[in-house]
Amino acid sequence: MKFGIVTFPGSNCDYDAFQAVTDVLGEEATYLWHKDHDLQGSDVIILPGGFSYGDYLRAGAIARFSPIMREVVSHARSGAPVLGICNGFQIACEAGLLPGALMRNSHLQFVSSEVRIRVENADTMFTNLYEPGEILRMPVAHGDGRYVAPAEILDELEAEGRVIFRYADASGNISADANPNGSERNIAGIVSDGGNVLGMMPHPERACSPLLGSTDGVRLLESILARVAA
Amino acid sequence: MAKFRIAVHITPRKGLLDPQGNAVRDALRTLGFTTVKDVHVGRYIVVETDAYDAIAAEEAVTEMCQKLLANPVTEDFDIESAVHA
Repeated sequence: MKFGIVTFPGSNCDYDAFQAVTDVLGEEATYLWHKDHDLQGSDVIILPGGFSYGDYLRAGAIARFSPIMREVVSHARSGAPVLGICNGFQIACEAGLLPGALMRNSHLQFVSSEVRIRVENADTMFTNLYEPGEILRMPVAHGDGRYVAPAEILDELEAEGRVIFRYADASGNISADANPNGSERNIAGIVSDGGNVLGMMPHPERACSPLLGSTDGVRLLESILARVAA
Repeated sequence: MAKFRIAVHITPRKGLLDPQGNAVRDALRTLGFTTVKDVHVGRYIVVETDAYDAIAAEEAVTEMCQKLLANPVTEDFDIESAVHA
């Protein structure tokens, strides 16, 4: 399976994503330049973390208009997997692939730390190798990670099982203390109505090696393989 | 076509948590401005554009706000009357 990793000016997790796909997963990966119009036959698209276009205007607002995004959006609309991590989540929201928006962290500080997230739905393209309710450890590194959406949208996301990760403590409790950015309802990751676009602030690609402190991100990537191959 | 200048004010949507505004409000109160009730921090954008008339310029900038300058989920915008640039 081929993973296409989009590089915007200011992306900085594209290399991490490439390493996770090629070294850990053993699959093929290619970088997709933001000015290109060709996904080069990629099956899975990763919108990586970083500070595309310097976060000018709003995080993700300018990247959304990159030439490559037209192809990424039609890839997503066709039902193919798109994984938006951190800045990629912000871009996916700005592009209308996911509802809601990511706003400045409620405490106004950039947060760079390890967090725990609870698997809320283990029956998705991205989580089928996790146990429901399993607690995962992954790093976060962002200043604008507070997920917000109108209450009716949040209710709809929850009713449809589209909130797939929530910030939790080590025992799995969903608490304000475990929420690193003030996200509504402790939401850490959501999927699109078709289930094929995932947006999440934590970094699974940086939780793929014991050297990095956690391997909990590996099964997220493997889940995509398992589901697409099935 | 004439050249117009239009100022746009973008503010956090009312009712949404505005941590920047709260931080500035608290700082003002600490400074002794105890009557301050609320502060909101937004963006001020000036667009210069060619248009046939002021109305066309304002319509164009309204569309720019809807499509890019403001996030419809989290922000409100307010455009000033177009002036000749």
